[in-house]
Amino acid sequence: MATTSRIEVRQNGPLAAIREFLAKVLADEEIASVMAVSNVRGAMMPTVVTDPEKLSAVDPFAPAFHLNAARQVARLTRGEMEGHMAAVLRPCEIRAFTELVKLNQGSPHNIVLIGVDCYGAYASRDYHAMTRANGSKSPDERTLEFMGKAPSGGLEDPAATPPVAQACRVCEHPSPEGADIILGLFGADASKEMWAIAKTPTGEGLLNRLGLPDADSLEARDRAVEEMAARRLAALEIMNAQTAEKISTPEKMADYLADCVNCYNCRVACPVCYCKECVFVTDVFEHEPWQYQGWARKKGALRVPVDTMFYHLTRLAHSSTACVGCGQCSNACPNDIPVMEMFRLVGGRTQAAFGYEAGRDPDEPQPLSVFLEKELAEVTGGVD
Amino acid sequence: MEEFEPTIVAFVCNWCTYTAADLAGTARMVQSPNVRLVRMMCTGMVDPKYVIKALLSGADAVLISGCHPGDCHYINGNYKARRRVKLLSEILTTVGLDPRRLKLTWIGASEGNEFAETVNELVRDIKALGPSEAASLGAM
Ligand code: SF4
Ligand code: SF4
Ligand code: FES
Repeated sequence: MATTSRIEVRQNGPLAAIREFLAKVLADEEIASVMAVSNVRGAMMPTVVTDPEKLSAVDPFAPAFHLNAARQVARLTRGEMEGHMAAVLRPCEIRAFTELVKLNQGSPHNIVLIGVDCYGAYASRDYHAMTRANGSKSPDERTLEFMGKAPSGGLEDPAATPPVAQACRVCEHPSPEGADIILGLFGADASKEMWAIAKTPTGEGLLNRLGLPDADSLEARDRAVEEMAARRLAALEIMNAQTAEKISTPEKMADYLADCVNCYNCRVACPVCYCKECVFVTDVFEHEPWQYQGWARKKGALRVPVDTMFYHLTRLAHSSTACVGCGQCSNACPNDIPVMEMFRLVGGRTQAAFGYEAGRDPDEPQPLSVFLEKELAEVTGGVD
Repeated sequence: MEEFEPTIVAFVCNWCTYTAADLAGTARMVQSPNVRLVRMMCTGMVDPKYVIKALLSGADAVLISGCHPGDCHYINGNYKARRRVKLLSEILTTVGLDPRRLKLTWIGASEGNEFAETVNELVRDIKALGPSEAASLGAM
């Protein structure tokens, strides 16, 4: 049976317990660094920690999600590494990393993926507003408050003040699939214990060396995961139906994107939008003045910048099959375009069209990277 | 009232459908002025952006036509085209474009007849369907 350990939580609370756990991980002979979100100058950012002292600022449960760290992990694993890095990540970061590995952007070889049971996080704007509003609370206090409130599911109610981000409210993967070790919170009384659950031989090797006590049953966790996934799937279905209606014609899609200013923040923030140079910032889209005049004359008035719809449809074509639903696109948008909603709907469809699911399985090739002689006869009207 | 004359952009492979189109032309089989042929070295070169751009720029339909499976000069360009068309049709139908506005066919170099028929049928279909749902968007 796979190793399942108990992380005991004492008086000083779950954050102290997780820091202690990570200190053990960092002390392991094979681990050279721990990557995890830390409080850096008051901001919750991914950090690569080599000095155990610095683990005191680590907080993998903070309800802040300023960026999907998959791209950083990819960069940190591409090429030769000094020893192994243990990366503490959210489920959608692991799934995005899996997609990046398939795209040869990172390597899974020298990394131990420690996935956290994820209750979600606030949209960055809400998080900042909160920290401003109760500046007297320490970051730790805020995290603990969140950990107290989140398990009931109440923060997934859009009426909560504030609720967790929309992407998190419809995330059907709160359990970190693909992790070597799961930091189990679901179903646990976090004032007493958490779990470390090994899911791979790598994870098992490390966990065994840490010498933690065995956990008893994980039944409570299994039940909690199931419940959450069902609740989120139901919410996803509703959201998808609403989005489908909102973009059901080109005209409506244009309305949906009306506030977009082509800043391309959404693709910069997207962990799986991997091109080194996006075609939309190349000369291809440096139109000549006479072209604008021509377009303007056609309809009598021309909205500038142009190519807004073109950009979004193209990004859907490039990235929707790899979309993991992390919501960073919406988080990054200065104009509140529901980008994630559009990607979840379309990505759900494009992934299903190829029997694919982004982030599910490192061995599952991306749909546009395989081409078979006999397939998809329906595309050519039954002729193959 | 004037009959609606659709604009159809056809991305055709140099090695097969383009030759078939030529054949159809010299044999005076197809005269449809609705089709704008774009000669590609292979359907595997048809970037999804070309299709999106054509549809956003006033095309009422896009036809992609290449070599039969097994005949692609670059081995699998046509299979790539097929997956891309599948992908694109999922996206385009979600935003309300009729699926008949994107068509993929295999037409070999000697199949002038086939080409004429395909084009005539497509023109007929699109005439019945009417102007593209995206016609009003301009360069957005
Ligand atoms: S498209 Fe948006 S939700 Fe999907 S992976 Fe990219 S940033 Fe995350
Ligand atoms: S971040 Fe928002 S405004 Fe910027 S390109 Fe994306 S959708 Fe448009
Ligand atoms: S050469 Fe004709 S489709 Fe590839």
